[in-house]
Amino acid sequence: MKRLAKWRLISIFAILSLILSGCGEPFLSTLRPAGEVADIQYDLMKLSTLIMVGVIAVVMVIFVIVLVKFRRKDEKIPKQVEGSHKLEIIWTVVPILLLLILAVPTVAATFKLADVSPMDKEDSDALVINVRSNLYWWEFEYPGEGIVTGQDLVVPTDEKVYFNLISSDVKHSFWVPAVGGKLDTNTENVNKFWLEFDSKKAKEAGDLFYGKCAELCGPSHALMDFKVKTLSRDDFENWVADMKDVKEPVQAKTDLAQQGQEIFNKSCISCHAVTPGNTTPPEARFAPNLTNFGERSRIAGVLDHNEEELKNWLRTPEKYKPGNLMTDKYPQLTEEQLDALTAYLMELKVQE
Amino acid sequence: MHAEEKLSLETWPAEPEKSTLEAKNKFLGFWFFLGGETVLFASLFATYLALKDKVPDSTHTLAKDLYDLPLTFVATMLLLTSSLTSVYAMYHMKNFNAKKMNTWLIITVLLGAAFLALEVYEFSHYVHEYNHTFTSSAFGSAFYTLTGFHGAHVAFGLMWFLTLIIRNSKRGLNLYNAPKFYVASLYWHFIDVVWVFIFTVVYLMGMVG
Amino acid sequence: MSTYAQKKGFGATIWDFLTTVDHKKIAILYLIAGGFFFVIGGLEAVFIRIQLAVPNNDFVSAGLFNEIITMHGTTMIFLAAMPLVFAFMNAVMPLQIGARDVAFPFLNALGFWLFFFGGVFLNLSWFFDGAPDAGWTSYASLAMASKGHGVDFYVLGLQISGLGTLIGGINFLVTIINMRAPGMTYMRMPLFTWTTFVTSALILFAFPPLTVGLVLMMFDRMFGSNFFVTTMGGNTVIWEHLFWIFGHPEVYILILPAFGIFSEIMPMFSRKRLFGYSSMVFATVLIGFLGFMVWAHHMFTTGLGPVANAIFAVATMAIAVPTGIKIFNWLLTMWGGSVKFTTPMHYAIAFIPSFVAGGVTGVMLAVAAADYQYHDTYFVVAHFHYVIVGGVVFALLAGTHLYWPKMFGTMLNETLGKITFWLFFIGFHMTFFIQHFLGLWGMPRRVFTYLPGQGFETSNLISSLGAVFMSLAVLVLLYNIIMTSVKNVRVGNDPWGDGRTLEWSLPSPPPFYNFKQLPLVRGLDAYWLEKMEGKKGMTPAEPLGDIHMPNSSFLPFMMSFGLFVAAFGALFNMDDKAWSIPVIVLGLLITFGSMFIRSVKDDHGFHIHKEELMDDEDKGVKA
Repeated sequence: MKRLAKWRLISIFAILSLILSGCGEPFLSTLRPAGEVADIQYDLMKLSTLIMVGVIAVVMVIFVIVLVKFRRKDEKIPKQVEGSHKLEIIWTVVPILLLLILAVPTVAATFKLADVSPMDKEDSDALVINVRSNLYWWEFEYPGEGIVTGQDLVVPTDEKVYFNLISSDVKHSFWVPAVGGKLDTNTENVNKFWLEFDSKKAKEAGDLFYGKCAELCGPSHALMDFKVKTLSRDDFENWVADMKDVKEPVQAKTDLAQQGQEIFNKSCISCHAVTPGNTTPPEARFAPNLTNFGERSRIAGVLDHNEEELKNWLRTPEKYKPGNLMTDKYPQLTEEQLDALTAYLMELKVQE
Repeated sequence: MHAEEKLSLETWPAEPEKSTLEAKNKFLGFWFFLGGETVLFASLFATYLALKDKVPDSTHTLAKDLYDLPLTFVATMLLLTSSLTSVYAMYHMKNFNAKKMNTWLIITVLLGAAFLALEVYEFSHYVHEYNHTFTSSAFGSAFYTLTGFHGAHVAFGLMWFLTLIIRNSKRGLNLYNAPKFYVASLYWHFIDVVWVFIFTVVYLMGMVG
Repeated sequence: MSTYAQKKGFGATIWDFLTTVDHKKIAILYLIAGGFFFVIGGLEAVFIRIQLAVPNNDFVSAGLFNEIITMHGTTMIFLAAMPLVFAFMNAVMPLQIGARDVAFPFLNALGFWLFFFGGVFLNLSWFFDGAPDAGWTSYASLAMASKGHGVDFYVLGLQISGLGTLIGGINFLVTIINMRAPGMTYMRMPLFTWTTFVTSALILFAFPPLTVGLVLMMFDRMFGSNFFVTTMGGNTVIWEHLFWIFGHPEVYILILPAFGIFSEIMPMFSRKRLFGYSSMVFATVLIGFLGFMVWAHHMFTTGLGPVANAIFAVATMAIAVPTGIKIFNWLLTMWGGSVKFTTPMHYAIAFIPSFVAGGVTGVMLAVAAADYQYHDTYFVVAHFHYVIVGGVVFALLAGTHLYWPKMFGTMLNETLGKITFWLFFIGFHMTFFIQHFLGLWGMPRRVFTYLPGQGFETSNLISSLGAVFMSLAVLVLLYNIIMTSVKNVRVGNDPWGDGRTLEWSLPSPPPFYNFKQLPLVRGLDAYWLEKMEGKKGMTPAEPLGDIHMPNSSFLPFMMSFGLFVAAFGALFNMDDKAWSIPVIVLGLLITFGSMFIRSVKDDHGFHIHKEELMDDEDKGVKA
């Protein structure tokens, strides 16, 4: 049993060094909270961990004494003890008290995180975003501003942002780990919650948080990532204004891009809109809105944002996101067509 | 073993359904089975309540305009009466009177069959008059599943009684088959109780809206 | 009368097992079938860890990965853990209460064959067009969207095997209530019997909701109903409720018998009665009861609202109290004892810190607001593997070593047993401890791959290496089993020397009628009491007399086989295959025909006469 103790020691050191090696990435980890919601949750994690480490310590002390002291040395029969009411009461009552200490903040936080009353108030100036999850992409609609975008969620920092969540097809779950816990996007009802994005922490994360789908939704569940761009309130308003400026599809500038636009208008526009206006009903928006595609951080949510990857994606989307709904929806593209289309798409920017 | 002994009214035990270990086991096991069945129906009730009046559009008939209360009331009475007649049958079983028991069981079966016939008529009425089918809406699916599960239980109960009656028509009662009759009648009561809940939750509450 | 005389020959042995209604042989069937599925589920786990060892791996495709995780979960829970638990319940519980068999030997066999054919059916999906791929939870919107027949295999296979489990549960309940030996009061029952009892009650109330959920999904997929079709008024959250009303009690169905096995091992190898027996019983019942009140903690992020989340959070925390009581009672059982480190005891000792680790993360998960972060991440994966592997699998491995001599009459090698233990113990912690952090760092569960640059690489590799150790452990165990069976050194009644309960007063393996004369039970740890008074065996409670035994029957096999055939028909009926209807009819004819034969053909069993029992005196009976 000495070996066991030694192993424990080694594993504890291993664990410690891992913990010290970091709490994960600032743009992704729940242990690097970057907003009020994540803070509340991180505090609860710390509180519960603290209590639980206390419990573990007590158990381990008794455990080690037993292992060391009560090994079989002879054939004597130990005293047959029936139990002890005093001890039993202690280890019933103390855990109850510990759980009460944990239960009170749990209940309080649960209600606080679910408080979306400003959403329903008339003429409230709270920012509301409708999130619509699709196999395997995200749509973000700003109903108050009348704009729609996809894949990259743009939010202002240091204020509460309210979300309406629903899914178009199967159940997904909307999660920005560093900023707050997840909420499912159900198929039958709208779920609501709020998040707050801390400007200082956002800076550490490079003003770009990773978002994930957290509910198994099919082959490309693992690749259903999105990104959250954080802007100051002023910058956000500029962005909204720039987006709103795009009233109709922007004419491509270069020759190559113009050829690309023609291809786009023939093969792509039936699914992909390039104006942010809210004209098609939500159910009929079959693919991400591409108004500001040139400014996205990733292609298809997972590939690096450059022309090469864009061409790869357009060539064989199935290879990069198995089971996606874009595959085979458009005719095979020649290399020249790909060049043109890429040039056009990369030109789609709203901010100069 | 017991079947071989000569039994008479005098040697017939007061509780023939529990007179051997096997019988006691069967008796208790069957109660547990009914416990599981209760949870099964509870789940179906919950599903029905969650999906009641959940239809794709306004062309579909809702519960309050759909149900034919007089018809289901008659069906309820038939089934309740059949429960009573099965009690009579068990009374005669306990008195070692196989003949009278069989008579009452046959009446029970007839009443049960009449109930089923009414239910089939009711379903076809909904389908043809209101286009309320198993596939027309979630409401329809939930309604037919709940009532259909019950109906299937009734049908199974009828087959069970009939098998028992036919199998034992020649040899009369003994300590081996008495518990079989007893649990079959327990099952029948259970079906009856479930129907009382269906009548209340589906039909009566359906009428109020 | 020599109905029970031993036939020789391989074919005869097979036929014997196909028709047996003896709880000890059914236990062996459960052990073999459960062990087989455990190996399959383990292989699936290895594939998962290979795929995730490095980022952007393409060992398996995304779709195949989802099939593997679904089958890994489903197989391990329904086809490995449950039947292995049932194996020990069947092998030991009737002996522990001093019964000659279970209440319904015929149904016992039927329960096994239903489980077996359900499991085989489910696994045959690999050879048709793909296994189920919607996760073991098979959430409705995804399951409805799933193409191919995978989900149909899931729905039909689990209905069949679930029916078998339900039958087994009722059987154990009645056995424990009606068939205890003279003097075996409820509060003298060994704790494994108690946990069997509570588990069986949980099965009885938990499986029907699952059956209903599966039936609704079957109707939706096969017959066009609309329970989960949102556009037709359906609601997929109903599935989540039905599944978890079953699913949460299910984890207690698994863990309570594990508690029971450890509650046998610790007193045995500490030579000390279980500390706080009555509070252990109370805690078991309370856990079982609370297990039904907490299902929605699996749905904290579904959007049930803060009221429901808060209530279910607090209810969930409450379960920690009886569980804590158990942990301290176990520790105090060993305290002051004379602890011998046998292989089963190794598992029992390792179980305490491992399970406590899983338990405390359980409490952390109960904190609803914080669970929004943990939910559906690797933190949850780590948590439930800590309780299910650190609790249930440890118990099953411990039970295998502990009860092997009682089931087969020969001891597994202790050295190899300890090697198995250390490999498994190290591998287990290596695989799963790090996963807590992966979850906290933002890695969702059920992902077929992950991109580099998110800080997941090293930890996933460590986790995958741990799986190697666990696989080696299983190989050593298999080697041990083969070697032990080949050597076949027979052992006596109480091979561990520290047996306390009735099963150790019987030969290993016991004769098929278990007790020649029913024993008189004079207290908790009945056999220990007699040993301490210097007696060799139990005092009989009855004179030697004829013993009534049930007849073997092939009907349970046939009934289950019929459903298996019918399920194939039902599945392919979706494709409008012409042959599907005849297949359904044929299958149902086999099943209902067998049921009909069963009900019209009287089966009174047979008697072993007193004289034959006397002849048997020292012979023992070979399986």
